[in-house]
Amino acid sequence: MTQDLSRRSLLKLAAVAPLAGGIAGTANASSKPRGVVENTPAAARVRIQQKNFPNVPLISHEGKQVNFYDDLIKGKVVTINFFYAKCDEICPLVSANLAKVQKILGDQVGRNIFMYSISLKPEEDNLDAIRAYRESWHAGPGWTFFTGQPSDIEKIRKGIGFTYPEPAIDRDKTQHIGNVRYGNEPLMLWAACPGVAHAPWIAESFTWMMHPETNRVQKS
Amino acid sequence: MYFNVFGEKVSRKRYKEMQNAAKNRRELIAAGLTSRRDLFKMGLLTAGGMLVAKSGLSARALPGQQSTTIPPSGSNQNCLPGNQAASPPTTPFVVPLNVMPTPAQTPVGSLVNGQGIITAPTICPNTAAGEVRAACHQAPELNPTMFPFPPPRVYQMRQMQTQVSQSPSYGLQTVWGFNDGTHGTLSPGPTYSANYGIPQMTRNINALPPLPEVGGFGMPSVTTHLHNAHNPSESDGNPCDFYGIGNFADQYYPNVLAGFSSTNPPNGDINEALSTLWYHDHRVDFTSQNTYKGLFGFYCLFNQFDTGNEATGFHLPSFPQFDIQLAFADKVYDDTGTLQFDLFTLDGIIGDKFLVNGQIQPFFNVEPRRYRFRLLDTGPSRFYSFFLTDLTNPTANNPFWVIANDGNLLPNPVEVTTVRIGPAERVDVIIDFSQYKGKTIYLENRLVQFNGQGPIPPNNFPVANANQNPQVECPDTLGNGTILSDIAPSGGIGTALLLQFNVSSKAVHDGSVDPRTNPTFYQLPSTNVPPRIVRTFKFDRLNGQWSVNGQFMDCNDFRFTVSQNSSEQWVLTNLTGDWTHPIHIHLEEHQILTRNGLPPTLAVEHARKDVVQVHPNERVQIFFRFRDWVGKYPIHCHNVVHEDHAMMALWHIVPNGGDNINVP
Repeated sequence: MTQDLSRRSLLKLAAVAPLAGGIAGTANASSKPRGVVENTPAAARVRIQQKNFPNVPLISHEGKQVNFYDDLIKGKVVTINFFYAKCDEICPLVSANLAKVQKILGDQVGRNIFMYSISLKPEEDNLDAIRAYRESWHAGPGWTFFTGQPSDIEKIRKGIGFTYPEPAIDRDKTQHIGNVRYGNEPLMLWAACPGVAHAPWIAESFTWMMHPETNRVQKS
Repeated sequence: MYFNVFGEKVSRKRYKEMQNAAKNRRELIAAGLTSRRDLFKMGLLTAGGMLVAKSGLSARALPGQQSTTIPPSGSNQNCLPGNQAASPPTTPFVVPLNVMPTPAQTPVGSLVNGQGIITAPTICPNTAAGEVRAACHQAPELNPTMFPFPPPRVYQMRQMQTQVSQSPSYGLQTVWGFNDGTHGTLSPGPTYSANYGIPQMTRNINALPPLPEVGGFGMPSVTTHLHNAHNPSESDGNPCDFYGIGNFADQYYPNVLAGFSSTNPPNGDINEALSTLWYHDHRVDFTSQNTYKGLFGFYCLFNQFDTGNEATGFHLPSFPQFDIQLAFADKVYDDTGTLQFDLFTLDGIIGDKFLVNGQIQPFFNVEPRRYRFRLLDTGPSRFYSFFLTDLTNPTANNPFWVIANDGNLLPNPVEVTTVRIGPAERVDVIIDFSQYKGKTIYLENRLVQFNGQGPIPPNNFPVANANQNPQVECPDTLGNGTILSDIAPSGGIGTALLLQFNVSSKAVHDGSVDPRTNPTFYQLPSTNVPPRIVRTFKFDRLNGQWSVNGQFMDCNDFRFTVSQNSSEQWVLTNLTGDWTHPIHIHLEEHQILTRNGLPPTLAVEHARKDVVQVHPNERVQIFFRFRDWVGKYPIHCHNVVHEDHAMMALWHIVPNGGDNINVP
């Protein structure tokens, strides 16, 4: 959204803008009544949706337009990661790993759990590019690849917390977060694991979202 | 060829990341960005020139949901990362401090399983009755005389959900706590009063409600770690042994000194005595949520010297009247005053409300005499520098004494005006209130921290006089707002009064030892032992993934094997730029040999520890022994958000069989 601006002009704009933001923010925060605590599960679920899952449009590798929250997240167990077709460092490692994870989970993928990979460079990843990328990993049904508007995908990335506190690193897509977010939306269960962790362990972590009652002991 | 600051070869990509980080820091300074506000806004503009939320610092805010609430003066609001909305104001110091009771014992014949059916404890796991434990109890199998089964003291803790008040300014909050059958469901849980030589057992039952009644965060799947205990692996509360609702684990705590069956038979080395331990949930990937939700408590361990009675032994202030446990936590609340947890951060969670023993900014009425306080940082991610503040003379740095580091008594008390701890660290301090008769004084945190990176790195984040800018997010209520280092002046930006002490004016008897007389406690065990092996652990961030030696947590993967009863030297190296990582290793305490090649400069670091802060670009050498027990244990970052994102490695101890892996 601001790639055409130089860093210097960004800094200049930053210096003049606080007033507008300050006024808007103050009005917003002080007008809410307090005393009624909305700590019901239903209220918590809505808050998570509002804060973390923007309902922005995406295009799937099948050419279908979907809305992120309504069609991909709501009511489902999901995994979310980012890639771009020409990424030659972290993405191939994560994608190869997720292909192994899909094999381990078998036909649960697409029925009980849905895997999503979203392009971080939608401006260069058109439908053909994400289709070809998906095929190169022999992704099976239930593992869907998406592209969309750059600003919408930024909202998703920030919403699910795949950001760095250091702005320079956050802007550098070659260093993008290699984690995989996994969760169960209706149960409000969310976590993340490194996309380059061992595939069997990633698969085991994902199954907790379908079976949170799992018992486990590790023999040494 | 590219090298890092340690002269080690790194990839071109890694070098680029290091260069970028350095360039970014220089740029901030060169651009004259001197207020926090500018820093937070930097580079985050919409096409229309409007500011958007600085989500790079926190995932809580989505673009467009900016909030720049200005906390009212005197509300003691703290600074939050980015433009995350501040918690609603609270009135401080109107509720008394929660002092947790000691738990009631449960007769062995009354122990039940998760379904309420009487279930006697067994040495090997009673899987049929719903017990989830990795192995048979080592202690009674090793020495049934020393470690009888069942042991003399037995407790039953049902981990349950409850509603509590954390501030009279907010409504009730949904938390998780421990129910001993007598005191209700408490968070923090009851404080165990344990004794060396008297083994005990806790049956931990998962009686949490099913999802989604949990209400937004928390995984009702648990494993309870007793932090710092010299415990056999199957009772340690390992992150990889966890169980769902309706199941339980019997955890046998031998309360025995390290060395009892190895270097110092038959009773162990008195210089390895522990005193302030804590228990907390350790469920892999969900520890941050479950501890934030309340699953933690204290475990105080006494012996013939540290007796809990000021008339005997070391004459430390008597437990429980003058020996008080203080668990610190920072939290965030939404605009309705409901407790929030950011499920979507990878960096760490920083709250703007400070709780002591489960309540925001309580007060505590004290007598004008000496008290022992056991200070614990429960995290998730904040570090503290504690000061004793008298608001009638805020520039004075008032002295107190540190007597224990991570619950291990120092050789002698150390007089300080401040002490710093990070997540999971403890310090025991002696405060003498006799000089404050009739006054009100405060325990204050003056350490500035704005995100999960750790204390604000000196000079990298210059903050100008906040009064020059009326739009500051964190108004300066007392000082002039200048932050030249990570420690701010009393009342400055980023500081917080944590606990108010109201000192009675009536003189009372004090039978406790005066630290000015320089009493001697234990000696530090010798580190002059050749290590069997030197192992190096590099803590790093690879594409945003928290790693140990380039690898990630996997419960199925034992990364290395330690030989039982051997000693090792570990080198902990922090390659993550400006981040500080509090690294915790289970089973025994270590001693810090060097930091970047030099012995520790702080007197309080000449101690046995179980968490070590590894600062940016630091290389810390530590000395270790692994005695008496076998089985699996972890090493991990105790910024629990990093821990939950795989900054952990599993290793194990076997008899006569250590490997020679130098970089596990």
